[in-house]
Amino acid sequence: MASESIAQRDADDRELTRLLGAYIAFATGWLVLSTAVGIIVAYKFAYPEFLTNPYFSFGRLRPIHTNDTFYAWASMALVGLAFYVACKTCATRLYSITWGWVTLALFNVAAVLGTIALDLGVNNGDQEYREWVWWIEALFLVAVLTAAYNLIMTVARRRDDDVYLSNWYTMGGIIWTLILATVAFIPWYQNGLGQVAVQGFFMHNAVGMWFTPLTLGLFYYVLPKLLNRPIYSYALGVLAFWTNLVFYPIIGAHHFIFSPLPWWLQTLAIVFSVAMLVPVWAGSANFLLTMRGRWEQVRRSYALPFVFVGVLGYLLGSTQGTFEAFRSLQAVWHLTNFTVGHSHLTMYTFITFGIWGGIYALLPRATGRAPSLVLTGLHFWLATVGMAIYILALSIGGTVQGLVWMSGAPFIDSVTAIAPDWLWRSIGGSLMFASHLLFAWNVWLMLGGSQRVPSRVEPIAEVA
Amino acid sequence: MSRDGRLVAIAGGAGLVYLVLAILMGVLPGMALSKTAPGPGVTPLTPEQEAGRAVYVAEGCSYCHTQQVRPLAMDKVFGRPSAAGDYAYATPELLGSERTGPDLSNVGVRQPAEVWQYIHLYDPRAVVPPSIMPSYRWLFRVVPSAPPGETAVALPPAYAPKSGVVVPTARAKALVAYLLSLKQPALSPEMQKAAQEAEQAMAPAKPAAGQAAAPASAGAAKGFDYAATGPNLYAANCAACHGAQGTGVAGAFPPLVNDPVVTASDPAEHLKVVLDGLHGKAIGGTAYGGQMPAFASQLSDEQIAAIVDHERTAWGNHAPTVTPADVARVRKGGR
Repeated sequence: MASESIAQRDADDRELTRLLGAYIAFATGWLVLSTAVGIIVAYKFAYPEFLTNPYFSFGRLRPIHTNDTFYAWASMALVGLAFYVACKTCATRLYSITWGWVTLALFNVAAVLGTIALDLGVNNGDQEYREWVWWIEALFLVAVLTAAYNLIMTVARRRDDDVYLSNWYTMGGIIWTLILATVAFIPWYQNGLGQVAVQGFFMHNAVGMWFTPLTLGLFYYVLPKLLNRPIYSYALGVLAFWTNLVFYPIIGAHHFIFSPLPWWLQTLAIVFSVAMLVPVWAGSANFLLTMRGRWEQVRRSYALPFVFVGVLGYLLGSTQGTFEAFRSLQAVWHLTNFTVGHSHLTMYTFITFGIWGGIYALLPRATGRAPSLVLTGLHFWLATVGMAIYILALSIGGTVQGLVWMSGAPFIDSVTAIAPDWLWRSIGGSLMFASHLLFAWNVWLMLGGSQRVPSRVEPIAEVA
Repeated sequence: MSRDGRLVAIAGGAGLVYLVLAILMGVLPGMALSKTAPGPGVTPLTPEQEAGRAVYVAEGCSYCHTQQVRPLAMDKVFGRPSAAGDYAYATPELLGSERTGPDLSNVGVRQPAEVWQYIHLYDPRAVVPPSIMPSYRWLFRVVPSAPPGETAVALPPAYAPKSGVVVPTARAKALVAYLLSLKQPALSPEMQKAAQEAEQAMAPAKPAAGQAAAPASAGAAKGFDYAATGPNLYAANCAACHGAQGTGVAGAFPPLVNDPVVTASDPAEHLKVVLDGLHGKAIGGTAYGGQMPAFASQLSDEQIAAIVDHERTAWGNHAPTVTPADVARVRKGGR
């Protein structure tokens, strides 16, 4: 806006930076907490009497790990980054900084209450990713609602007429989640098998219509920005947007293949799981083609290696999801630990690495303070190696579990057969957790713990 | 398109498309399937079982235990394939997504002994040494001696507290009442046919392991099938109570080593107990609290013969073995 002075713009920038920093700081705290819980849970597979106590029991900690990862770490980080990306792509200030803080406060209150309630055994019926009781979920939804209003009003103030693709994805994700969670948490029409149908719909959409679009929106901003070249194909991004929107809601029932849900509903879910290859490959190809020929730049960047792994996670995790939906492969893998490997390939390799890429790309630009090169490298390699061990162990272990069941051996044999893989999983998980501590230290450096770098560009290894 | 029109088209359009799909794929199937009528024999839970279900939910049991038997050969050990009508009173739904522990749809039939459930909840390794299930000790109290009207849990000494006895709390009793209520009622003939068709659609060419083989196939040539061997079937069906080495659990489950029925030269009584189950009978002057389920409907003649042969020849037992024909005769009521 021409009427705004430079001083005013700087003041707006400082306020936005403070807000972004707070979102990232709280999100990081939740990441450390939720993965500490994850480590405890992982070691209980090898040492079942480790911390025998109701408040540290497997059945209560597992939903704390998943819900805090979802609704505290990833949600807070992605919404904070979405605000920042909206302001930068629209060349405007955030519609309301105050409401930005209110949203963050609500996210945190919901996460604290959700964590305490789950640890006391108060939940919404062991239904994955909707374990929070309705009134805690309602707080979370009010947070999303305020975020939606703030984001849309910010985009409405954009300088250009066009709406940049990143904002399609972030606005879409927030609006879809509002609809999804409202539909899923209204209890009155859900009984018995009907609730199973809603659960299949919900648990998959909670990932694919919330974290996926917000992370993809982040990629569409970070990649062109850091590589200083436009996205390979804007049209491909639009195609992926609409196909993801139309196909994704139909595939939820593939979580209940061979269940008493109507067979046609399961088959429809399998067919559209194959159709999901269209948006997934369109999106992944778009990102990889944007990076083509710039691998040296990717390698030297702090942020781009994380984005690169994130894109690979999106491609591999989603393609794996398509294959897992086939009845022939479900017969081996369904109900085994293979699924847990899959969910980490998506929520960790894709979403979490994607968020890290976004933070390392944007937070130093906002604050003017760089992370440590050594810590960033260690963070990257510990997380990557740990994740690879984790996923390989559970993919192998899950396959073994399925084969033991099919062999007709006593059930307990499937427990003893996978035991070494569970131990490997704990080792991989420990490396991942160690990397989160390094990341947290880096966040502190980027928020003010390090010297201000002279120019407001992303630090590059050879410069630093 | 105008500036605002563009934004409305993207945000509003995407929202509207999703709302329609959410109704089509989430709400409408949810509403329709919520009206599924209860299957024959499916009844609401009693208040105590309902309270036990709440404990099951609060402790997150369904993160490791499914309640859905699939129409697949490998799931046969858990019961018949689950049917839509099984879940009419099951809200919140507890189908689960991981089977780190066994499926519980039919656990009330497979493992009906209350005392086994208590021992297993207090310390799963007391009855299933390789188990990785958590101990739920907070559902029990340790008291100097069992108060009037309460029965102490017959824990093996190695797993019992150093002093005092263990008694279940109301929550443990409710949970066990719920677990024992999990019994699959028989399917109606049409539903049975539908389940069989679904199973055949998925079945590999060869008959599945663990399946109740038809007696006609007994003479057919077939390769070695580990799943059908006595030690394997014993481990899957009997070891949880009688122990992997046939030693039992004092006060709860009798030992099979040197047991007069197991080592008798006439196998009729032994076969009868396996087929029909046993409860409340003192053995050698000792009373046992456990309840043995009837295996007649769960295992074929070949499978029971294999198990009984294993019991009669393992752990130092030396008794004459039996044939599937012997099992069939006792099953029909002969001797």
